[in-house]
Amino acid sequence: MTAVIGYGPVGGEPGEPRIDMKTWIGDWVLPSPVMTASGCSANGKELDAFFDLTRIGAVVTKSVMLAPRSGRATPRMAETPSGMLNSIGLQGPGIESFVENDLPWLRERGVRAVVSIAGGSVEEYGKLAQVLRYCEEISAVEVNISCPNVADRGQVFACDAKLAADVVSNVRRIIPSEIPVIAKLSPDVTDIVGIAYSVVKAGATALSLINTTLGMVIDTETLRPALAGVTGGLSGPAIRPIAVRCVWQVHEALPDIPIIGIGGIGSGLDALQFILAGASAVQVGTMTFNDPSAPQRVHIELARALAERGFGRFTDAIGYAHRPHEEPLSDFVADAWAEDDRAGEGADPARPLSSGAAG
Amino acid sequence: MPVQVRGEVLGVRRAGQYHVLTLTAPGIPELTRPGHFVGISVGGEGTGMILRRSFSIHKVADRGPYGGTLDIAFAVHGKGTAWMAGLDRHDSVDIVGPLGRPFALPREPVGCVLVAGGYGSAPMFMLAEQLRERGCRVDFVLGASTEDKLFGVLDAKRMASTLTVTTEDGSLGEKGRVTDVLPEIIERLGSSVVYACGPMGMLAAVADTAAAHGAYSQCAVEEAMACGIGVCMTCVLPVIGDDGVTRMLRSCIDGPVFRGDRVRWADVGTVPADTWGAPAGGH
Ligand SMILES: Cc1cc2nc3c(=O)[nH]c(=O)nc-3n(C[C@H](O)[C@H](O)[C@H](O)COP(=O)(O)OP(=O)(O)OC[C@H]3O[C@@H](n4cnc5c(N)ncnc54)[C@H](O)[C@@H]3O)c2cc1C
Ligand SMILES: Cc1cc2nc3c(=O)[nH]c(=O)nc-3n(C[C@H](O)[C@H](O)[C@H](O)COP(=O)(O)O)c2cc1C
Ligand code: FES
Repeated sequence: MTAVIGYGPVGGEPGEPRIDMKTWIGDWVLPSPVMTASGCSANGKELDAFFDLTRIGAVVTKSVMLAPRSGRATPRMAETPSGMLNSIGLQGPGIESFVENDLPWLRERGVRAVVSIAGGSVEEYGKLAQVLRYCEEISAVEVNISCPNVADRGQVFACDAKLAADVVSNVRRIIPSEIPVIAKLSPDVTDIVGIAYSVVKAGATALSLINTTLGMVIDTETLRPALAGVTGGLSGPAIRPIAVRCVWQVHEALPDIPIIGIGGIGSGLDALQFILAGASAVQVGTMTFNDPSAPQRVHIELARALAERGFGRFTDAIGYAHRPHEEPLSDFVADAWAEDDRAGEGADPARPLSSGAAG
Repeated sequence: MPVQVRGEVLGVRRAGQYHVLTLTAPGIPELTRPGHFVGISVGGEGTGMILRRSFSIHKVADRGPYGGTLDIAFAVHGKGTAWMAGLDRHDSVDIVGPLGRPFALPREPVGCVLVAGGYGSAPMFMLAEQLRERGCRVDFVLGASTEDKLFGVLDAKRMASTLTVTTEDGSLGEKGRVTDVLPEIIERLGSSVVYACGPMGMLAAVADTAAAHGAYSQCAVEEAMACGIGVCMTCVLPVIGDDGVTRMLRSCIDGPVFRGDRVRWADVGTVPADTWGAPAGGH
């Protein structure tokens, strides 16, 4: 793993705020709270042309299964207002090829890698974990449990507290204890807090909230479903309020569990909502399709937004929106600007955010 | 390696049913080869259209008063292209490119037929120029349903040894489809390579025709793309590899240009049962 950069100017430009952007997922220290989202950054290589992947918190790789997967028929996507539907079907090379061909590239580049795994049975998740336990320099394992359980008429693991816990405890048992195991939850449940409790009890170090929510589009020309897979996962800014709500509820119930906020993040202020709701980190998914350098831009904009609001450390903002009403903002404000030798040029709170390319 | 740049609109002009957009795109022209495409952000600030739209690069100029510029030619299809048609001079546009795998050029000065349907001709003129620079003979076949859906007839006439036009309603050239005239052209000229760009149905027919007449074919496909840069896996189609195994390849990064004899045209839109990683009962 690369050395922790921790404190320092984020953009590297004169006048950029100096904010301590470090965050923690269990014992894992990340120099930036911004990651890519699984399935939206392949296995890293393709984004290398657009920004320095070592400058963000981590790359979360495409959910990989035991065997190679062709994925579903096309069309696999439909654009929707401020979002999109996808029905990829977890196309991928299988864990062996992934470990042999994809992980080494990330390692050589010094990119922190969170490996996302997906399975059709509790045992498949276990077998994936068996392969990964011997892989050095994986920063964390993210368990995508939004998959149908083949043994149980396709019941989705993430929608059943016991099944979800079985998967997580099976993975946790195998992955070395110093490596965080992150459970990624689906919003398509009546009680997300109940599922969160149960996977945390099963040993999850942290939670990723949220995966896509099931949706559907019908093509009014062909008079059929727009996707070959009929239904698909809705993502993008359209689902952001649902995601922020999930983070809020789970953080309220489990304030000590690190949460990674995901859903429609395309700017620093989008990310800030998740942080204030209780997320310790965020992932940028669909908006990377709009702007391939979105993860890096979100990091820079977030640092700026925190500085403008008087935060000196990223971690001070986690869950800040949950504070009691009486607490005045100034009590919490760190003295970063007063200490900063460049405070004079950078501290103007009225300085507008650069708007970037987020649409 | 693609780059992401802010371009400025230098002009939008009409060409029959199409619009030709000229943009500054610093850094892109010098990297562009025929068959490359760009991803354009549409809708402006605060839009709900979050996905880029893909367009073949029609022309590039890497020098000039505005630095590097590029042209794209497009049809208004839905909301995104309607927004593009309304762009004005000096408007700013976010561009990612050049994307994809371009046309492969022959090493020898062989005869080439360039076949295009509708706006599929957009990338063909740059290709024609480069083939001619290599001493290749270039013959054009342009087809469309009607005359006003043809693009670049005059350019084709200027660049090619021969130009054959087909329209389905007979409004210009021969009545029929490009594949009605293609066999005779390949046979008469002894062409070695057929380059094609257009609707999938046309590409399938062109690839078959080329193979049947002993020519090698290179086809630029058009699949719905969410990212255009290879990270999302939406744009796949079944393609046979060197090892004889069919895989679902990404048309944005493994394509859009594929060897015509390698794409399983009849199976596009499906996952054939013998595809690498195909499930017994579907995913
Ligand atoms: C490699 C490539 C090159 C292309 N080159 C050209 C060109 O040179 N000139 C031109 O006019 N058109 C070209 N197209 C098609 C063009 O991308 C679509 O017409 C355009 O995306 C439609 O956007 P819209 O918002 O107007 O339509 P909408 O129907 O509103 O679009 C909705 C969504 O569907 C996608 N979509 C719709 N139709 C297509 C399509 N035919 N192909 C891919 N995605 C589609 C859009 O990207 C968008 O995400 C190309 C497509 C690809 C993949
Ligand atoms: C095309 C696409 C593919 C995805 N593939 C995966 C995947 O393989 N595993 C996973 O856990 N999530 C996957 N997701 C979900 C995202 O990681 C993310 O949780 C979700 O899209 C919400 O975030 P966003 O709005 O920022 O995209 C995928 C999303 C998209 C759009
Ligand atoms: S469009 Fe995303 S991989 Fe091709």
